[in-house]
Amino acid sequence: MANYMWPLLGGVLIGLSASFFLLLYGRSAGVSGMVAAVLPGSNPGGETSAITEGRSGSALFFLAGLLVAGAVMRLVWPAAFGSTAASAGLVAASGLLVGFGTRLGGGCTSGHGVAGISRFSKRSIVATMTFMATAIVTVFVMRQLGAG
Amino acid sequence: MNASVVSSAAPARVSTKILCFGAGLLFAVGLAVSGMTDPSKVRAFLDVSGVWDPSLAFVMVGAIGVHASLARLILKRSAPLFASSFEVLAKQIDARLLAGSAIFGIGWGIAGYCPGPAIASVVGGSLSGVLFVVAMVVGVLLSRAVDEGRAASQPDSCS
Repeated sequence: MANYMWPLLGGVLIGLSASFFLLLYGRSAGVSGMVAAVLPGSNPGGETSAITEGRSGSALFFLAGLLVAGAVMRLVWPAAFGSTAASAGLVAASGLLVGFGTRLGGGCTSGHGVAGISRFSKRSIVATMTFMATAIVTVFVMRQLGAG
Repeated sequence: MNASVVSSAAPARVSTKILCFGAGLLFAVGLAVSGMTDPSKVRAFLDVSGVWDPSLAFVMVGAIGVHASLARLILKRSAPLFASSFEVLAKQIDARLLAGSAIFGIGWGIAGYCPGPAIASVVGGSLSGVLFVVAMVVGVLLSRAVDEGRAASQPDSCS
């Protein structure tokens, strides 16, 4: 039972954060979308500069919060952070696929998996089932190939 | 009167940034507490045919349980606190959504990192964590370049 308490508590905090962000800005707290918003030259949907400025500003500060709290949590609770077992080449390929795929699919574990599903979006439910399925198959295939 | 309006605008803008920063802090604490910042734990969650560790399913239970309940209340408001309206979620389920999500899942399965935990893990972490985030940024820019290329070749497209 104790195995499930920390994931559950962490999930509650993630849900509170996503709710707080929705109350502040009326948007999904989707991390991949925020990464895209702070990169130069992004103008999704050809919106006015005031909107994109507000969007990239809130994204920038949210991402800064992620970085800072991540660093502090690593200091106070280093065991919560593991390292990936994948080789450098696989890590680079993985990052490319995650960056490219999340933008093509319009969201990741946070935007579709938490925010979208919580609002009963069929689109997000389909997206989450799809990336869960391919992630499970990928781990299975890598295990069969002895690649981790 | 006018001066007080002007002077209150700047602190309001500063405070929204602090609130936003606070939301990010809370999110990262949640990720670390939940175990999502340990890629080997994430891969064990995805390894349903091996020594499956289902505990991370409870991250979704907690996050969706809380967010679904609170979003219901929040969306009853006429507007969020610092924007004119709530963003309407996109609805279309198309090849782009399926392909993008499928590609994301493959990347997630390979290393065990998705965007939030990767960013929360980058400071003070291993070089591979940094490499992942750099590659992820390149992937985001690549998808944008593909979109722009497609828009340029189809001038009558209104998407």
